[in-house]
Amino acid sequence: MVEKKIHIDPVTRIEGHAKVAILLNEDDVVKEALFKVVDFRGFEKFTEGRPFYEMPAITSRSCGICPVAHLIASAKACDQIVGINPPKTAVLLRRLMHMGQIIQSHALNFFHLSSPDLLLGFDSEPAKRNIFGLIEKEPELALRGIKLRKFGQEIIEKVAGKKIHSSKWVQPGGAKWPLTQEHADYLRGYLPEALEATQKTLDMWKQMLDGLQEEVENFGNFQTYHMGLVTTNGQLDFYDGKIRIIGPMGKVVDECVDFTKYGDYIGEAVEPWSYMKFPYYKPVGYPNGAYRVGPLARLNVADSCGTPLADEELKWFKQLGKNGVVQSTFHYHTARLIEILSCIETTSQLLEHPDIHSKHVTSKVLINNFEGIGVAEAPRGTLIHHYKVNEQGMITWNNMVIATEHSNIAYNMAVTQVAKKYVKARELQEGMLNRVEAVVRAFDPCLSCATHAIGQMPLEIQLIDASGTLLDRKIR
Amino acid sequence: MSRRIDQNTVKLRINGIQLEVPEGITILKAAETNGVEIPTLCELQGLTPYGGCRLCVVEISGTTKLFPACTTPAASGMEITTHSPKLFEYRKLVLQTLLAERTHICAVCVANEHCELQAQANNHGVDHVMYERNWSCEEVDSTHDFLVIDRNRCILCTRCIRVCDQIEGAHTLDLKLRGKNTNVIMDQDQKWGDAKSCTSCRKCAKVCPVGAIYIEGEMIELTKDRDIAAFLTKRRNRQK
Repeated sequence: MVEKKIHIDPVTRIEGHAKVAILLNEDDVVKEALFKVVDFRGFEKFTEGRPFYEMPAITSRSCGICPVAHLIASAKACDQIVGINPPKTAVLLRRLMHMGQIIQSHALNFFHLSSPDLLLGFDSEPAKRNIFGLIEKEPELALRGIKLRKFGQEIIEKVAGKKIHSSKWVQPGGAKWPLTQEHADYLRGYLPEALEATQKTLDMWKQMLDGLQEEVENFGNFQTYHMGLVTTNGQLDFYDGKIRIIGPMGKVVDECVDFTKYGDYIGEAVEPWSYMKFPYYKPVGYPNGAYRVGPLARLNVADSCGTPLADEELKWFKQLGKNGVVQSTFHYHTARLIEILSCIETTSQLLEHPDIHSKHVTSKVLINNFEGIGVAEAPRGTLIHHYKVNEQGMITWNNMVIATEHSNIAYNMAVTQVAKKYVKARELQEGMLNRVEAVVRAFDPCLSCATHAIGQMPLEIQLIDASGTLLDRKIR
Repeated sequence: MSRRIDQNTVKLRINGIQLEVPEGITILKAAETNGVEIPTLCELQGLTPYGGCRLCVVEISGTTKLFPACTTPAASGMEITTHSPKLFEYRKLVLQTLLAERTHICAVCVANEHCELQAQANNHGVDHVMYERNWSCEEVDSTHDFLVIDRNRCILCTRCIRVCDQIEGAHTLDLKLRGKNTNVIMDQDQKWGDAKSCTSCRKCAKVCPVGAIYIEGEMIELTKDRDIAAFLTKRRNRQK
């Protein structure tokens, strides 16, 4: 019998291109849903033969939303190749730029991409279910979002010269120029407004959650492993530390201190229907080793945020789940707001650091190692850049494990759960399908980043006639 | 006691203006000394003209042929047009063929915002290339201690070759092969790190108009020096 499918193509208000295929059984009941990523980029292949110091500039071009995360992970991999710990101030400034990245990216997802669903309603008129509709109905909230995003972008610009693709500033072994007093003062001036905007939004969100319990229960609410960077004493960290993995019940199952061994913890599976890899927790295997990364996972794995206001919120957040582990994908939104708060506080701390204005940000570098691994927390989760170079510093091999990829198994679990709950094929309405899209938005995937590989993806092509009969099938 | 040397001159018109210039100078020089700017890429003051890029082409009345201003001597009676819609289109075409020939990705290039090809493309409104790009895949040679050549960005202007030969006197650099296979080589097509004649003087990186030759780890705006050849020529002539 012909398999019936409903396609959501494209999934809207996400970064990159994807579609969801909802498979129905003979009674038109949802059997399964597949999150298909249809982008194709090829960064791992075409960087071969390029000088290693070009890698931050090239790899960060995979994304216009989170280029800083790539700059950081790439620069750290290059730091290893040159065998140098960057000067203290360079690290502080890289961290500061990274705070700007997290703030702007999280603000983009919450206010621009997800809020239209959350505030205007999943079933509201599609033509108005966007940032413009939000500006019309909730102008104050929309303005808050726009200003928060601007603040994040301003941090990046003041530190590194440009809001997007500021790759000139980052270099192996440090950074190109220090932070001026004038730029630091400018950013300090922004802090109170940014903090107030975040706190107001968080308060509003807490009140709204009471009315969103059905979504909390049904939007990707399942047990998986969680992964994220923490400092040596278990604090939330976006730049460095150790990769902590917790089990579905909240117990720490592994900690990867030596990033060169990330391959012992993370396996990468592929499926013929998607260009995005399916990483899994290796000791458990595929697909049971499904894990999530990003804001929800980071707050689940962290013992504290390291800043007073965010720590208060973290205590409250941990109570939302069992054993301190929040499993509902819907709470990515909650975690995102708490992380913005933490980043604003950290920005303030960094700007007051006594070494922040030191002129010593650059190291003189040579190639000392032929392999480098850089790990950082991108807005969407743990990002790994792994390069091998020859004696002249030319890239001979590149593996990038992208934040969005880690949760790929969970994406598919989540779209299936939501589709089963809401999609009634015999009385199909647009709002039902929007809920499937909305759970994808909760993860905040960045698919332009996640589809960087080439040459290893099995590819399946199906030839289907007008009646839906499968005529031919080719697999590479 | 000062000595006056009588110099023969020629009379010509550039863009309708009657001029008298020394005999033997090029149209480009005649235009420049009279305040008319003609776009160039391969030309560099202090080096012998090459006439390779064809960006400086001008119209001379009486013929439909276009002439490179950098290598064509100014002659008596010439009526020269340096800027016209026809020339503008022709220069756009030249820039597009240069961009299409190799792999020019400004966004990740060391010379981004400090590149003469990029600047000329911007000046001429070249916002796309209408030819199919070659997407060259030339090897990047970084075997030298600090100098790097990325031949994918080379426009074969030969400034590096001329400065190495005429100013430094080493003649480490030269060209091999022809047409689209032409490439800058070191000594007998050796890796740069093995090229014994190279004095590591950096002049090639200073005069490269694009990001093909650069100093690893140095901001390109600090490396580039368009006046280096003219400056050294002047100094050395003074010493003689």
